[in-house]
Amino acid sequence: MTATSTPTTTPTSQQLRPLLAADQLRKSFGPTDALVGASMSVHAGEVVAVMGPSGSGKSTMLHCLAGIVPPDGGTVRYAGTDIGALSDGQRSALRRTDFGFVFQFGQLVPELTCQENVSLPLRLAGVPRRPAETLAAEWLARLEVADVSGKRPGEVSGGQGQRVAVARALVGGPKVVFADEPTGALDSLNGELVMNLLVTTAKETGAAVVLVTHEPRVAAYADREVIVRDGRTRELEPTR
Amino acid sequence: MCIVLGMSVAHTLLGLLEAGPRHGYELKRTYDSRFGQDKPLPYGQVYSTLSRLLRDGLIEVAGVENGDGPDRKRYAITSAGITDIGGWLRQPERPEPYLQNTLYTKVVLALLSGRSAEDVLDIQRAEHLRIMRELTRRKSAGDLADALICDHALFHLEADLRWLELTAARLDALAGEVRG
Repeated sequence: MTATSTPTTTPTSQQLRPLLAADQLRKSFGPTDALVGASMSVHAGEVVAVMGPSGSGKSTMLHCLAGIVPPDGGTVRYAGTDIGALSDGQRSALRRTDFGFVFQFGQLVPELTCQENVSLPLRLAGVPRRPAETLAAEWLARLEVADVSGKRPGEVSGGQGQRVAVARALVGGPKVVFADEPTGALDSLNGELVMNLLVTTAKETGAAVVLVTHEPRVAAYADREVIVRDGRTRELEPTR
Repeated sequence: MCIVLGMSVAHTLLGLLEAGPRHGYELKRTYDSRFGQDKPLPYGQVYSTLSRLLRDGLIEVAGVENGDGPDRKRYAITSAGITDIGGWLRQPERPEPYLQNTLYTKVVLALLSGRSAEDVLDIQRAEHLRIMRELTRRKSAGDLADALICDHALFHLEADLRWLELTAARLDALAGEVRG
């Protein structure tokens, strides 16, 4: 096994073009360099953990990969398209149709019920209310939180809220799910439940997952890891 | 990988006999299914351990069955055995700082020789994560008892990883000290 800064080296990646690829990303916030030549790639259906200490640039990497934050330099390609060349509207549409998001604190809309939160991405994509709510109910059941469908996020536990957030991320059939410290606010048992459900359902639907975490036990759910240190990436080849 | 590193086979067999008398092969089967997923207990070790427990008066032969093959002995725990297993269960295990010692030596040698100490740490980190992935998959497929054994190993591996991460963050300072 060797530590290397070259892009992905899994056997699959040698044969297939990555679904998502960042090449030599640079990003600064004022005088602070968050990324200084960071590269990584993700293949369809793959779960990749992005690890690193606080302030290493791993969340910035996720935001650039998802087209939320434009990099100062370098490129991000999704399905062969340079997303930096897209308009803001095109990037927003891409995030709605192809990407799903899970954040540390769920970021559910507090005024809506859990079922309405899950159906929201479908409604924004133009799906009529009835089929959107039916699909949302199916996903809540799949994530084992059907019993909270009528409650608002403030009325459910942290673990339940995160499972609702996972349902919301997956309901639209995304090609990539971006999860930023999805278990950071949960205890070990709830964290394990959320990770099991996230990875299992993503694998079932064929979605890739980009998982930002500083917890090794969470990263262990991934197929492989990318380490970010001081704004640079190191991809580790499997030891055997 | 053996999960139950350093576990006392004698005490484990003794503990299994506390549930009721068993033949040697039954003990091995029970041991393997509960504790020996990665390292089944060899028959030779089962019978040598039972001989030692017999000699020490912690178990006794509860009966002998005659059959086509060799005689089959059933073993039972004695009152001395019950006292012994009770004492062992209340005794804490000594933490083993085996890995840090070896890795610390490698990191220092890498720094002294001008090699990449970061690579040493990252290579170890990848191996730790590989084992953690295996354990995580095993947890998903296994029963609760298996999950608890895997959890124990996962938390220990995570502690090692935190040490690796912290050491990586301190490499510049360590290099200054090591190289004078």
